[in-house]
Amino acid sequence: MKPILEVAHVGKKYRISHRAGPYLSFRERLLQSLSFDRTEAEDFWALNDVSFSVMPGESIGIIGRNGAGKSTLLKILSKITPPTTGRIVSRGRIASLLEVGTGFHPELTGRENVFLNGSLLGMKRKEIELKFDEIVAFSGVEKFLDTPLKHYSSGMQLRLAFAVAAFLEPEILIIDEVLAVGDAEFQKKCLGKMEDVSKSGRTILFVSHNMAAVENLCSHGMLLKDGRLVEMGRVGDVTRSYQTSFAGVHSQSWVPAKGADGLCFTSIEITLKGEQPTHSLQVQVKLASNRPHAKAFVAFDIVNSMGSPVLQAIPRSAPFIEYRAGEIPLTVTIQLPPLIPDTYSLSAWVGAHHNETYAWERDVVSFEITESPIKGRNFPHSHHNGLLIAHSDIQHG
Amino acid sequence: MPESTEFTIDASRRSVFHLNELWRYRELFFFFTWRDIKIKYKQTVLGFLWAILQPLLMMIIFTFFFARALNIPSGNLPYPLYVFSGLLVWNLFSSGLTSAANSMVSNAPIIKKIYFPRLVIPISSILVALFDTLMGFLLFVLLLIFYQQPVFWWAVLVWPFCILIASLATLGLGLWLSALNVKYRDFRYVIPFLVQVLFFLTPVIYPSSLIEAPALQYVLALSPMYAVVELFRYPLTGQVHDTLLVSISLGANAVFLLVGALYFRRTEDFFADFA
Repeated sequence: MKPILEVAHVGKKYRISHRAGPYLSFRERLLQSLSFDRTEAEDFWALNDVSFSVMPGESIGIIGRNGAGKSTLLKILSKITPPTTGRIVSRGRIASLLEVGTGFHPELTGRENVFLNGSLLGMKRKEIELKFDEIVAFSGVEKFLDTPLKHYSSGMQLRLAFAVAAFLEPEILIIDEVLAVGDAEFQKKCLGKMEDVSKSGRTILFVSHNMAAVENLCSHGMLLKDGRLVEMGRVGDVTRSYQTSFAGVHSQSWVPAKGADGLCFTSIEITLKGEQPTHSLQVQVKLASNRPHAKAFVAFDIVNSMGSPVLQAIPRSAPFIEYRAGEIPLTVTIQLPPLIPDTYSLSAWVGAHHNETYAWERDVVSFEITESPIKGRNFPHSHHNGLLIAHSDIQHG
Repeated sequence: MPESTEFTIDASRRSVFHLNELWRYRELFFFFTWRDIKIKYKQTVLGFLWAILQPLLMMIIFTFFFARALNIPSGNLPYPLYVFSGLLVWNLFSSGLTSAANSMVSNAPIIKKIYFPRLVIPISSILVALFDTLMGFLLFVLLLIFYQQPVFWWAVLVWPFCILIASLATLGLGLWLSALNVKYRDFRYVIPFLVQVLFFLTPVIYPSSLIEAPALQYVLALSPMYAVVELFRYPLTGQVHDTLLVSISLGANAVFLLVGALYFRRTEDFFADFA
């Protein structure tokens, strides 16, 4: 049997201009072509020499950190942007869901949007008419079908959008992390639908940060790092090596600019230890001062990727750091609560009193939580439902 | 799936459009056009009447200023008919060109998330303008009856031909400008200016016989709409000002269409990177 998808040496190069915005003005272009100075543009390979093949019926989970090239790969496979190098042979119809509800228009009714969106996704009008009742039933917005979309709640829009996509019948379905939104109930329904699709023998390429969902849905995994394919194999193996790439060794350090006066941080290094739901964060800081100071104490703040404060840790609430020449090393271990998967960043503060600050380094190091605090949860978390997952029990029934 | 589904994606650039792919996506032309027409007249009290009202009001204004105040000649045609026949095809060009040229940018969110032949977008926006023109045409027929204007029978051939040529002229420039607009947003400001200039260069509100310098006439004939406007009035007047000038204009149209289509084809693969 021939592979349904063959990807050979695919790469994508972008030119990064250091001063221009995302698009050029004609004047800039003219000036650029007149001047000899071309150092300001830099080549950046978002994807570099990626080769793999997929057999019919396999479903592949594509994982990797932000910026690893996952989205670029999906865009190339979806024909949205051409590769700079390499070649892809596909032996089936590809439909891609990089977003749910592409082309939805607020002024059109739900019914009209189903047709418009379906036809954008490559469905024939007849197909849509045939499946229309099922689509509507799946979305659960029957009552509002003839209401303009602008009067829908965002949840309803999402349900309708996913319902259209769920009834696509391509041989290859490409899904970006579209399920990271919406309420938990609906997310479960979507994942269920996607499982049906993969069990019916169609090929799925699925990008997600949610390892449980990837393991549930995919037979194989593919790990991307800095635009390169670093590992491909059974899904469990790949997700494990993705996770161990963080566990224990994920540390980040920071060194300040020169020229500080008084007590300040000279380095901050963090290491994420343990596993969910009992992660701990080891923070190693070095402090130094060029002159005597009053006794000081430290505090650490953690904010999530949206900038919402999550917690504060004050290891000792009375001043304890005395002046001494040279560096003062300090190791603090913060017991993390059951945080939802996200990228968190840490700020470090040192001062003599809560209103006398010596140094405050904001968001200087970050760490990433990739696992859900609940083992086996296969639907994503959302900021909208809180940042922590409390432990809960059922006593009766 | 009945269609053969094997295909390749690679870095090579083709210089021709996939016509069979366009055919496969034919329903999308309908959906985009239908969406834009629907949205254009949504929440308006007069609805489709606006398509008729605009040229009608322009006709009244031009008649008042040009025919009455400035005494612009209009040959053997009543001036209102003269100007309305010009405006009818001109509006197809100007509104079609404006919306086609901006269509790629205004549909950028879709372009970045989904693949379909990009050609669908500018063509659909011209089809929207064509729809308005056909509405305006009904009013034109009423005006002909009102003024009891004799019409040569071959109008039934010439008028559809003119509307076709006008659409192609719009498409040629529209494709070019829409592709340029994706990459260089300067063209957002160029487009209204260009349309305005072409309006005065095209004999819409004045007869081309008004211009006497022959050299200037040849320049004006390069306007893509020159031939359309002249030919559209042919079944009413029975005369064409200058067949050579009309031929030049038709030739210019063919060149614009070719250049526009080639430039669009050469850049369309990268729209998602720039939009």
